[in-house]
Amino acid sequence: MIDDLELLRLIENNARLSAEEIAVMLGVTADDVEAEIKRLKDENIILGYNTVINWEKKAPDNCIGMIEVRITPVKNKGYDHIAQILSKYDKVTACYLMSGGFDLMIIYEDRSLRDIATFVTEKIATMEGVLSTTTHFILKKYKANGIIYDNPNTDDRQAIIL
Amino acid sequence: MSFDYDSKISKAVQQVPPSAIRKFFDLANEMQGHVISLSIGEPDFVTPWSIREAAINSIIDGYTHYSPNSGYIDSRIAIVDYLKRRYGISYDPKTEILITVGGSEGLDLAARALINPGDEVIIVEPCFVAYKATVEFSHGVPVLVETKPENNYKLMPEELEAAITDKTKYVIVGYPNNPTGAVMTLEDWAKIKDVLMRHPDIIVLSDELYCELNYLDGKPASLAQFAELKERVVMVNGFSKSYAMTGFRVGYLAGPKELITPMFKIHQYCIMCAPSTSQYAVIEAAMNADAEIAKMRDEYNHRRRVIVQGLKDAGLDCFTPYGAFYAFPCIKITGMTSEEFCEKFLLEKHVAIVPGNAFGKCGEGFVRISYAASLEDIKEAMKLMKEFVEEHKR
Repeated sequence: MIDDLELLRLIENNARLSAEEIAVMLGVTADDVEAEIKRLKDENIILGYNTVINWEKKAPDNCIGMIEVRITPVKNKGYDHIAQILSKYDKVTACYLMSGGFDLMIIYEDRSLRDIATFVTEKIATMEGVLSTTTHFILKKYKANGIIYDNPNTDDRQAIIL
Repeated sequence: MSFDYDSKISKAVQQVPPSAIRKFFDLANEMQGHVISLSIGEPDFVTPWSIREAAINSIIDGYTHYSPNSGYIDSRIAIVDYLKRRYGISYDPKTEILITVGGSEGLDLAARALINPGDEVIIVEPCFVAYKATVEFSHGVPVLVETKPENNYKLMPEELEAAITDKTKYVIVGYPNNPTGAVMTLEDWAKIKDVLMRHPDIIVLSDELYCELNYLDGKPASLAQFAELKERVVMVNGFSKSYAMTGFRVGYLAGPKELITPMFKIHQYCIMCAPSTSQYAVIEAAMNADAEIAKMRDEYNHRRRVIVQGLKDAGLDCFTPYGAFYAFPCIKITGMTSEEFCEKFLLEKHVAIVPGNAFGKCGEGFVRISYAASLEDIKEAMKLMKEFVEEHKR
């Protein structure tokens, strides 16, 4: 019997493990693992597999904006309507309904500050129901997706100690 | 040079041979950085941040002085709380806990406090190398009990019974075991307890440094949990292995006041106290780190299964370890000695593991492989092990 929480924690940290490898690690069969992963996908618990890339190294000019949006809820649809429209843009990598002084937090990634400014002024600000926006730019990433960037290999252990 | 140094060195120290496999160790240490190391007896995890932070904050606050000899009372209370929570055993923080410099100091204190020259101490092998040495340094006579793979390296009651004489002062048991990875369940210990109840003068020194790394049910099991035995069990425990805190050098002894007090006396004169910074780290570790420990235990458990499967695929016999972070496969099908095997494996495949005879004569024909290493390294090493065994199988 597979402990689905244990399986999820395992692949959350390493999506590249094969079903065979997971099977050994959990002490079950590969068929069990495949069936369980299928079930978790069918139930929309597993939504996809990403790779964590340090884009600052490969495309240093890329830009990430965090955009606070205040909106008026649409009748019968609340906040969902605008959130769902904004989520359709590929370059919107995250969209959250927030507590506090604004309503939606949009994470938007593009090639330059100007691209982000254009998106905010032309796409978001002009939408019906949007009251105001406040845009923040990420200057440097220290940690994302649970991974510390530029983490030095700190294994200082002696080869053999008795 | 004419000065006769040899005649000046204590006979007790001289009779303890330098580690028989020193040469291999030097070779492995020289090659560090160029090899996959599955030889290390310490966690590859970094100490959980909250524990490091507690240590840092104690320095910022200027708590950098001597502590009371047996340790800060808050640290001892935290340990007592931990022992109650995890083992269900009660100790008095004022008189029954002594904070030591790692578990190793505890082993030494016990030997020095208990042994009169000629007293016998039963040592269950294969085991951590310090057991025998601390007994010999204290002029005791080690009596070795060899556990066997067919018994899953558990201590069998009849084996213990056979080793007991009227000179037996105490017995050292270390489970979960380094180097075999064997564990003793409470049911296993119950059988040992029955033997000890027939010999009411014998003390037990129970090394439980790996107590949290138990993959059967994740819970520690100890002879100290038997009420009728508790009055003569001294538990050696600490944070090095389970909490990835080896460099903090902090452990503890837990036992009856009458046995802890003489050990305290030696500690007071020779050590003074364990490092204050480490003792502050202990409060955080003992009180608030259960979830971190569970996470590390889960990850070791995954690797354990990978390494056992890898050894099987390589064609080596290996009993299934359920504790610590070691596997102890038999390499006799290659016809090599443990040392030959490890040296050749190091030179030909660039993987470092430890010859089993480092842990007692009965470890000959076996090797200790640590899975306190990344999954990638473990997988690569097992691939190389398969090649190596195929090339050298007789």
